[in-house]
Amino acid sequence: MAVENFAVEASHIMMFARAIGDPNQVYANAAYAEGTEAGGIIAPPTFAQASAQFDEDYRLRPKVGHPWMGSGKEATGIAPKDPGAGDDPPVGMGARGLHAEQHFEYHRHMRPGDVLSAVVKKGESWEKHSKRAGVLKFSETVTEYRDQTGELVITARSVGVTTEKAVEG
Amino acid sequence: MALSAANLNVGDTHTEVLVEDLKRTQLVQYAGASGDYNPVHTDEKFVTEVAGYPTVFAHGMLTMGMTGMLVTNYVGDGQLTKYGVRFVNQVWPGDTLTGTAEVTEIRQEDGEHLVDLKITTVNQNDTPVMTGTATARITA
Repeated sequence: MAVENFAVEASHIMMFARAIGDPNQVYANAAYAEGTEAGGIIAPPTFAQASAQFDEDYRLRPKVGHPWMGSGKEATGIAPKDPGAGDDPPVGMGARGLHAEQHFEYHRHMRPGDVLSAVVKKGESWEKHSKRAGVLKFSETVTEYRDQTGELVITARSVGVTTEKAVEG
Repeated sequence: MALSAANLNVGDTHTEVLVEDLKRTQLVQYAGASGDYNPVHTDEKFVTEVAGYPTVFAHGMLTMGMTGMLVTNYVGDGQLTKYGVRFVNQVWPGDTLTGTAEVTEIRQEDGEHLVDLKITTVNQNDTPVMTGTATARITA
């Protein structure tokens, strides 16, 4: 998994801010943002997550010519025995993948004009047993987002979990 | 504006309602903006018949994003140096979420003034859905 050419754009920041319900004009109005302590439009703190749009291999986006697990004629586009489905899908893929933890360290905040790239490194993995969800498999990834000059902008650490049973609650 | 150490005390809190009666449409909006199209968040047929959940549920990162609004409203724009969370319970359509940031430490590091915050987001039943910490630059 790798993020390449994550071009940070003002319109994408605006749409992302709308989606999280944040009306702060520092994410939408350049003239306003110039007068704030940020000195211009910046990205909201969780915007790095939108780098998924720039990851060619990202598995939670439908791709032309590939099976997609979401519903169409049937409740899922991937039959259980499909070669593409696999027995042990990676964390985040499929029904049992959930996001357990997310941590960001900001070396600076992203701005329109940044072109980021990132390499996702596998961290630790571990297992736990839960009465509510059965065997829980945790795995960690560490992502370093760098700008076009190579400067480190954000370090992200993510923990995903796959559960044996659906968790309600 | 950035917070000032002179006006801050350990135990100070800032609370905001983040969303009332969360709509499924907002999950669609977040899927499109973030690029996370996992159908468990937007596809009722898939999530009930294949995944085995009662209905679609929110992206954890939507809760983190909405709570980020509370944090930046409190500490000012561009002041965050760290923000990390654990997702402890799922968030469902119809939920009303309230976030709280509590000052746990006011300190200096490498000549910078910083505040550490404990973050908690609860639903309408007062059940925590997300807990975490954040650190922001402040002025003296």
